[in-house]
Amino acid sequence: MLDNLIILFTVPTVSLQLLIDGIMIGAVLAIAAYGLALVWGVMNIINVTQGEYVMLGGFVAVIISSYGINPFFALPIAVLIVGLVGFLVYKTVIKRVLDKDIFTSLLATFGVSIVLQQLMNTYFGADVFVAQSNLGTLYFLNYEISLPIVKIVSLILTICIALALVYVLKYTRMGQAIRATAQNTRAAKILGIDTEKVYAFTYALNAAICGACGVLISMIYTIHAYQGLSYTLRSFTIVILAGLGNIGTVLLSSFGIATSETLAGFVLGAEFQIAFMFFVLICVLVWRNMHMRSKRLYLK
Amino acid sequence: MHDKKEKILTVKNAHKNFGGVVANKNISLEVIEGNITGLIGPNGSGKTTLFNSIVGYHPVDSGQIYFDNQEISAMTIDSIARLGLLRTFQQTRVYKKLNCVDNLIISISNKDTRFIDIFKPFKNKENIEKAHDLLEFVGLYSKRLLFAGELSFGQQKLLELVMALINEPRILLLDEPTAGINPTLINGLIERLKKINENYKITLFIIEHNMRVIMNVANDIYCMANGEIIAHDTPKAIQESQIVRDAYLGQ
Amino acid sequence: MDKKYTYIFLAFLFILSTVAPFIFPNYMVQMTELLILIILALTWNLIGGQMGYNSFGNIAFFGIGMYVTAVLQVGLFYDVGVYNAARGGGAELILSEMQYITGFATGLLLAGFIGALTALFLGLFILGMRGHYFAICTLGLGGMFGEIFAAWEWVGAGSGMTVPNPPASLEDTGSILYYLAFCIMLLTLLAMLYLNKTRFGLSLCAIRDDEDKAESMGIKTVYIKISAWMISAFFVALAGGVAGNLKKFIDPRDTAFTGETYGIWMILMVILGGKGYVWGAVIGAIIFQITKELFWTYLLGWQRVALGLLILIVIIFFPQGIMGTLRDKYPRLFGVYVDDSKK
Repeated sequence: MLDNLIILFTVPTVSLQLLIDGIMIGAVLAIAAYGLALVWGVMNIINVTQGEYVMLGGFVAVIISSYGINPFFALPIAVLIVGLVGFLVYKTVIKRVLDKDIFTSLLATFGVSIVLQQLMNTYFGADVFVAQSNLGTLYFLNYEISLPIVKIVSLILTICIALALVYVLKYTRMGQAIRATAQNTRAAKILGIDTEKVYAFTYALNAAICGACGVLISMIYTIHAYQGLSYTLRSFTIVILAGLGNIGTVLLSSFGIATSETLAGFVLGAEFQIAFMFFVLICVLVWRNMHMRSKRLYLK
Repeated sequence: MHDKKEKILTVKNAHKNFGGVVANKNISLEVIEGNITGLIGPNGSGKTTLFNSIVGYHPVDSGQIYFDNQEISAMTIDSIARLGLLRTFQQTRVYKKLNCVDNLIISISNKDTRFIDIFKPFKNKENIEKAHDLLEFVGLYSKRLLFAGELSFGQQKLLELVMALINEPRILLLDEPTAGINPTLINGLIERLKKINENYKITLFIIEHNMRVIMNVANDIYCMANGEIIAHDTPKAIQESQIVRDAYLGQ
Repeated sequence: MDKKYTYIFLAFLFILSTVAPFIFPNYMVQMTELLILIILALTWNLIGGQMGYNSFGNIAFFGIGMYVTAVLQVGLFYDVGVYNAARGGGAELILSEMQYITGFATGLLLAGFIGALTALFLGLFILGMRGHYFAICTLGLGGMFGEIFAAWEWVGAGSGMTVPNPPASLEDTGSILYYLAFCIMLLTLLAMLYLNKTRFGLSLCAIRDDEDKAESMGIKTVYIKISAWMISAFFVALAGGVAGNLKKFIDPRDTAFTGETYGIWMILMVILGGKGYVWGAVIGAIIFQITKELFWTYLLGWQRVALGLLILIVIIFFPQGIMGTLRDKYPRLFGVYVDDSKK
C-alpha cells in the first residue's frame, strides 16, 4: 500500500493516467446520478433500482455485441428497452407507493431491484461481461499513458446525453411540466398539469438514461448481474455531495468521486475499491450530518 | 398574591437571524417565578422564534438566556428540558401511535434518574394512577386507551398540556394554547391554566393571539413587533397602550 | 396486548419448539434457520419497528457475528491466517470435543460483544441521521463490511472461510445447534417483551412517533438510540454465530453480509407480521420461512425472483402487516377502546 502511494507521488504519469480514467468514468456516472436526482426531486422517492437499470442497459449492449454488431448501436435500443421497463415498473409498482411514506417507496424500489437483479442472474448467470467495441487505444508520452478510444467516444456521448437532457428539461413542454411539479406538486396539479403523466415520464426518462449509462459502462468497464447496488450508491453519494438539481455540480462531484475511487483502487489495491466507495458514501453522509447538527438540524 | 418575586427566566439581548432576515432583535425580558406571563404580537413578529431559542431548538446568535441563574443559551434541548423548562408546540405534537396513558407515562419526569434506570419496569400501578388522575383533570379519562392520533385536535392539545404537567416543569412555555380549540371550550381552558399555575405551582409563559384569554390569565404581558419588544406592562395598560394598537393595526 | 395472551403464546411457542425436532426430524436445518430468522426479525423490529429507524445495515452485525465466532473457533487452537490460506487442501482442523465447545462458546460470547461495540461506534456517527438518509447510509454499511471481508486475506477474502467441523464424537450437532438457536431466540424474545415494559421501550415508541417532541420532553434520545442499536446488534451477532456453524461455510457476500437475502428478509418478516409488534415479528418469521421453503421446493431456479415479488406484494398490498390489520379490525383485542366507566 505504501509502495503504491510512493509510486503515485514519484511517477506523475501514473497519477495522470488515474486522473484521466477517473474523469472518463465520472462522466458516465454523472448521468445516472442526475437521473437519481431528477426522480428524487420530482417524485420524492429514492430510486434504489438505479443500478439495476444501468446493468440492464449494459446487458442489452452485451447481447447486441454478441451478434457482432458494434455496441454503440445498442445505445438507442437500450434507451428504448430500459425506458420501457422503467415505464412498466412505474405503472405496476411506483405508482402505488408514491403517497406512502418514504421508507415504503425505498423498500419497494429495493424489491424491484432484487427482482431485476435475480432475473438477470437467472438469465446471464453471475459471470462478468464486457461489450467489445474493438476501437483500439491511443498512446501518449512514450506509451506511459494509454487512452482507449472507446472512452473518448463515450465521454463525447455522455456530453451529448447531458445536453439532450438539459434541452428536454428546459425547452420542451414536458420538461417544463417536470420542473413545475418538482417545485410544487399541488400548484402544478391545480394549474392543470397531469402530474401522473409527469411522474411516469420522469421515471421512464430516468430509466432510459440509466440504460444509456449502462451501455457505456459495459464498453469501458465490466458488467455483472450483482453490481447494481454499487452504482445506486455511487449515484447517491454524488447527489448528496452535489445537492439536487444542478447538472454542473453533479458533473463536478462525480468527477471527484470517480477519481478518488480510481486512486483508492490503485493505492489500497483493486479488491478494496468498492469497499472504499461504500466508505466514501458513509463519510459524505456523516460529514453532511455533522454540518447540519452544528446548526441543530439533521439530515432527513 | 405571589410572595416570591424571583426571576426564573431571563433573556438578555438575544439576537437571531435567519439568513438576512432578522427574527429577533436585542430581546430582553424576564419572567417572574409563579407568574403567568403573556407574549403577544402580530403574526411574524418573532414570538415562536424566541420560544425556540429559549428551549434550545436553535441557539441564539448573540445574547444570553438564563434559567434560574444558570446560563442555558448553549445547552441542548433535552438537557434544558430536564432542568424543568418545557414547551408545547403550536402544531400540537403527541406520540400518535401510543395510547393516552402511555403518552403520559413516558412523559413522567426523568430529572433525577440515572440512565440505567430506564431499563427498570416502568408501567407500574403508581405511574398509571398518576396518568389517570391527570387525564381526569382534562376530561380524557374515558378515552385513555385510544391512540393519541385518534383524538380530535382539541383533545390532542389538552393531552399535550397534561404531558407537560406530568413532567413537573418549573416553567411551562405554551405556544398558542387556544389556537384551533372550539370557542365554547376556551373558558374551561382558562380555568385549567389558572389551576395549573396555582395548584401545581408552575410558572407559565404564554404566546397567545386570543386577547380575551391572555387578558384574563396573565399577570404581565410583553408585546413584540418586528422582532423587538415594544411594550411590557400589566394587561390593563397593554390594552390601552397606543404603541401596541399601532403594532397590531400596522403602521 | 394482554398479559394473559403473552403467557399463552410463550408457553405455546416453548412447547412447540421443544417437541418440533421429534415431530419433524428431517427438517432440522430449516427449523434452526427459522429460529435464527425469528431472532433477526425481533431485533429488526426493535430498531425499525419500534424506534422507526429503518436500518438496512443490521446484516453487518450478522456477518460480524459469523466471522468472529468462526475466527475464535479456529484461532484459539490454530493460526487463522494459515488455516484460511490452506483452504481446499491440507490443514484440516481436528478439534477435540472440549476444544469445540470452548471455541464455540467463547466465539459466540465475543461475537455478541464485538457486535454491540461495533454498533456503539457506528451509532455515534450515523444515528444522528433520520429517515431515508439513515436507510441509505446503513445500506452502504452492510455493503462496506461485505466488501472489506471479501478483500481481507486473513479471513479468507473472497473465497470465504470454512467453519471447523465438529469432532466426530459429537454425533448430533444438528440438534445441538437447534437447541442453541432456541435458547438465543427465547432470550431475545424475553428481552424484547421485558424492554417493552420499561421506560426504554416506551421511549423507543416516542422516538418513532416524534423524535423532536421526545427530545423536548427531556428524553435522552441519543443514548437511547445507541443502546437500542447495541442491544439489537448483540442478538443479531449471536444469531450470526449460530448461522455460520449451521451453514458450515462463510462466503462474505453470499452468507455473511447478504443485503439481498437475510438483510432484506428481516425487514420483510417484520412488515409481514406488523411493524412494532413483538409477536408480529415472530409470526411474520414463521410464515416467511414456510413460504421461502415452499418456493425453494417448487420454484427452483426462480425462487429468488419469487421472493423479490413477494417483497413487492407485501409492501404494496399489505403494508400494515398481520398484527396491524388485526388491530384495525379488532381494536378491543389490543386494548384499544373507549372506556366509559367512571374512575
